[in-house]
Amino acid sequence: MPAPRPDGACRDEELLAAVILRLIAGLRHVAVGAQSPIPATAALLARHLGKGQPFVSLLSSARHNFFTDGGRELFDCAGQGRVDAFFLSGGQIDGAANINLVAIGDYAAPQVRFPGSFGSAYLYYVVPRVILFRLEHSRRTLVNKVDFISAPGTSPPGVYRPGGPVALVTNRCVFAFDRQRGRFRLESLHPGHTLEEVLDHTGFDFDRPERVPQTPSPSPEHLDLMRGVVAPLLAEVYPQFAATVFGFTRQEQS
Amino acid sequence: MSAIFRSLDEALAGIGDGAMLVVPPEYGGVAMEATRALIRRGLRDLHLVTLPASSLQADLLIGAGAVATIETSAVSLGEFGPAPRFAAAVTSGKIRIKDATCPAIHAALQAAEKGVPFMPLRGLVGSDLVARRPDWRVIDNPFAARDPIVLLPAIRPDVALFHAPMADRNGNVWIGRRRELATMAHAAAKTVVTVERIHDGDLLATEASAAGVLPALYVEAVAAAPRGAWPLPLAGEYPRDEAHCAEYARLAATEEGFRRYLDRYVYARAAA
Repeated sequence: MPAPRPDGACRDEELLAAVILRLIAGLRHVAVGAQSPIPATAALLARHLGKGQPFVSLLSSARHNFFTDGGRELFDCAGQGRVDAFFLSGGQIDGAANINLVAIGDYAAPQVRFPGSFGSAYLYYVVPRVILFRLEHSRRTLVNKVDFISAPGTSPPGVYRPGGPVALVTNRCVFAFDRQRGRFRLESLHPGHTLEEVLDHTGFDFDRPERVPQTPSPSPEHLDLMRGVVAPLLAEVYPQFAATVFGFTRQEQS
Repeated sequence: MSAIFRSLDEALAGIGDGAMLVVPPEYGGVAMEATRALIRRGLRDLHLVTLPASSLQADLLIGAGAVATIETSAVSLGEFGPAPRFAAAVTSGKIRIKDATCPAIHAALQAAEKGVPFMPLRGLVGSDLVARRPDWRVIDNPFAARDPIVLLPAIRPDVALFHAPMADRNGNVWIGRRRELATMAHAAAKTVVTVERIHDGDLLATEASAAGVLPALYVEAVAAAPRGAWPLPLAGEYPRDEAHCAEYARLAATEEGFRRYLDRYVYARAAA
């Protein structure tokens, strides 16, 4: 078990999982793709609190995944409108919520190559609530315009687009995305972070209310559940994350 | 024993230089022992298709110089970071990349599975992926007005290669719920499988086991390769070797370190 922390103290990962928990409230089916341990934390906590609801599909998991028709089933399921929320990140994300998971610089001769677009160029269009997350909130990652559009934030009228982004969650703040305006609005600042700091570290222009509220911290009950109930489940798919964030190391399995 | 069963090297003889080879994702049963054998053999110029993403397998094949073209939705070592040999090969232009998105690779293989020339797919319209894929087309939905939709040409690989828990003596392969392995096999001209063990009995004999079987009809060759997915996991059998994957990520960060990895774990077979 992890060492007890001072009262009220929580890690960024725990705060962001609590934010995502609120963003997925009341949904029926939440799917979590590759390399999304914080969304997985939120989804498994939601399922625990909801006594089995929502359905949670962790795609890299054998235990927390009820798909039986192979890797395509997620995409078919989403195409049918049966996946309510999904999570995407990006090497770059811009102010119009375009995401880049491919490369920085010229595509043909990139300066930096990222892994690739995964399912984003499809799921971003068809899943109603896509939550963007990026733990490094900097001008390097949150840019005015992405170098490569893996998937666009919005589509022109006439393009089939029942889905899209609803929020961008970072280590400094939460932005909501307005699909009509095609812009982010600053929703809340995490404890200890300031508007000036967010302006300094964000490469795109965004809307904001006159007074920006603070992001609520996770409740002690939710923190206990993340550390005690969710961490052991996460360790199957994200052993490094479970060990680093929650201090949980799994036993060798057969 | 059926003629399908071979030694590992014999089973892999059907994978030649320049072949289009389709492989599964990390959680789907990756034939790593076979991959190491192909590298030892000096395989070149592969057109590697990952259904839909890959990790260590693609990075290893690329670093060893076996790949000319990769068609993928992503290559990453997951929690161990970026795939270093993949990134180096793409930035230096050593390999050609056909960037895709996961369902596009599934759908293009499904087209081959059905024997049809293409498959439509939602999403994608307005993505730079489409701009970089001249083989993909955006058409107007012929059944509705003003509804652009992307068409993907079928992918027909020469060979599908994966690792599974078991095959029976007739060459029927147990794949369980990893149905993308069946899609790969249906789409490819030939399928080569390595297995943990041979099952005594007929996997098609009961409803319970038959539902999880890829029938021998699709299978060219099977070779026994115990712990054949190592260091990657095999569902229901063993987890990923975390320490080894971390060591790979560390060594493969440089070309020189990657060569040391190959010497130690591929050419010398020291840790097999």
